[in-house]
Amino acid sequence: MTDAPAGGWTTGTIIGLDHPTDRLVRLRLHVEDRVDHLPGQHYVVRLRAPDDYTAQRSYSVASDPDDPLLELMVECLPGGEVSGHLHDVAEVGDVLELRGPIGGWFVWKGDVPSVAIGGGSGVVPLVAMARLAHRLGLRDRLRIVALARTWDELPYAAELQRYGAFIALTRENLGGRVAAPPYHDELAPYVDGAERAYVCGSVGFASYATRLLEETGMRTDAIRVEQFGETG
Amino acid sequence: MPVTRGFFGKRRPERPDRLPPGQYDTGSSWPTLTAEATPQLDVETWTMTVDGLVGRPSSWSWREMHALPESTYFGDIHCVTTWSKFDMTFRGVSVDTLLEIAMPLPEARFVMAHSTTGYTTNLPLEDVTGGRAWVVWEVDGRPLPRGHGGPVRLLVPHLYFWKSAKWVTRLELMERDRPGFWEQNGYHDRGDPWLEQRYQGDP
Ligand SMILES: Cc1cc2nc3c(=O)[nH]c(=O)nc-3n(C[C@H](O)[C@H](O)[C@H](O)COP(=O)(O)OP(=O)(O)OC[C@H]3O[C@@H](n4cnc5c(N)ncnc54)[C@H](O)[C@@H]3O)c2cc1C
Repeated sequence: MTDAPAGGWTTGTIIGLDHPTDRLVRLRLHVEDRVDHLPGQHYVVRLRAPDDYTAQRSYSVASDPDDPLLELMVECLPGGEVSGHLHDVAEVGDVLELRGPIGGWFVWKGDVPSVAIGGGSGVVPLVAMARLAHRLGLRDRLRIVALARTWDELPYAAELQRYGAFIALTRENLGGRVAAPPYHDELAPYVDGAERAYVCGSVGFASYATRLLEETGMRTDAIRVEQFGETG
Repeated sequence: MPVTRGFFGKRRPERPDRLPPGQYDTGSSWPTLTAEATPQLDVETWTMTVDGLVGRPSSWSWREMHALPESTYFGDIHCVTTWSKFDMTFRGVSVDTLLEIAMPLPEARFVMAHSTTGYTTNLPLEDVTGGRAWVVWEVDGRPLPRGHGGPVRLLVPHLYFWKSAKWVTRLELMERDRPGFWEQNGYHDRGDPWLEQRYQGDP
């Protein structure tokens, strides 16, 4: 059986809320009876209307398990029922129904040397991994590759850069790098020596990044995928 | 549980009677969800096997599967990530047909479905018998796309969709239940959407 922690339904109070860009909202929550997560796990957020109609969606944890608060980073989708509420309506002091942590497959415990590649908001669970690696001095064991169209569309861009992530912007130059998808020779040093790969992002991104990793020499059966949302 | 301040909801279903608790109608889109890289599966070498606690362990090639009596499912599917999709048509072979040939032993009570990728999922035998489970290769009149488990997947539409193993290749009949892939990773052993059996520990 899995040794990943799992938690039931509880509530969380929003202690901190900010908008790092105009499409992102970061929530910092105090969770009642919190069960510590492993980096990569997610929570379910459930919103409840006065007539008891509910909407629930999954959100990856961005915080280090060591953090006293639970941090989520949500991208506001046009017309999105839950992300729109969290982005436009939620305020400090609101109480949300939460369930988690959930998932025992897309987790990194700091043991296996890995490469993790995220697209856009798909970097969120990778941030939890990177924060753990940073705190434990395990930076050699986790290499991060982050893709986005622009710097502003990449959550945690500056923090990931500080941790030594390779950031590939496809619509904007970054330092000396011209806007382009990652080239194989750019990726190779990140993949080299990795025994496992984590891929996280939209469905389209996940299949693209999986192929890219395979072409760069990653074994297909060593790739773990977490897909957000639905473009299927 | 408390009402969420300021939340009124946008996706109230038109057919709430068809939506299990916590699900929403995804309309015309069909999301994919996979934990592994999508495999390239060759129908020339693919086989379907039923073994374990059966009187006659059996295997079928792609062609032999297509020679068995065809069966159709028309109805809804429900994914644990909270989408449901109405009115889908799948075509393939009923699992009953395979079991009639393989002849389960009386002590067989559970099934482990195996995929070519190594993915597994466990089911009570009674959930794959009685016209409730299929091995399918066609959806809405078209070959099943690779991302949705094509060329061939298991279909157990009355349970959450992770039970409908993509790229299925083997049904192993067992006396005792054993957790499959998601079930080892925190998901429920049965997965009935109407009982909202999403995760381990749910009723
Ligand atoms: C394991 C997991 C982890 C995740 N982690 C994160 C994370 O860390 N951060 C993050 O931002 N997201 C994450 N997601 C995605 C998240 O769960 C939601 O899917 C996302 O926030 C959208 O939900 P929503 O309610 O805002 O949008 P929905 O209301 O579900 O709509 C989604 C999109 O589809 C469109 N749409 C839906 N229904 C219709 C319709 N009937 N007609 C027209 N358009 C429609 C909407 O306009 C919108 O653009 C994760 C998903 C999973 C599965």
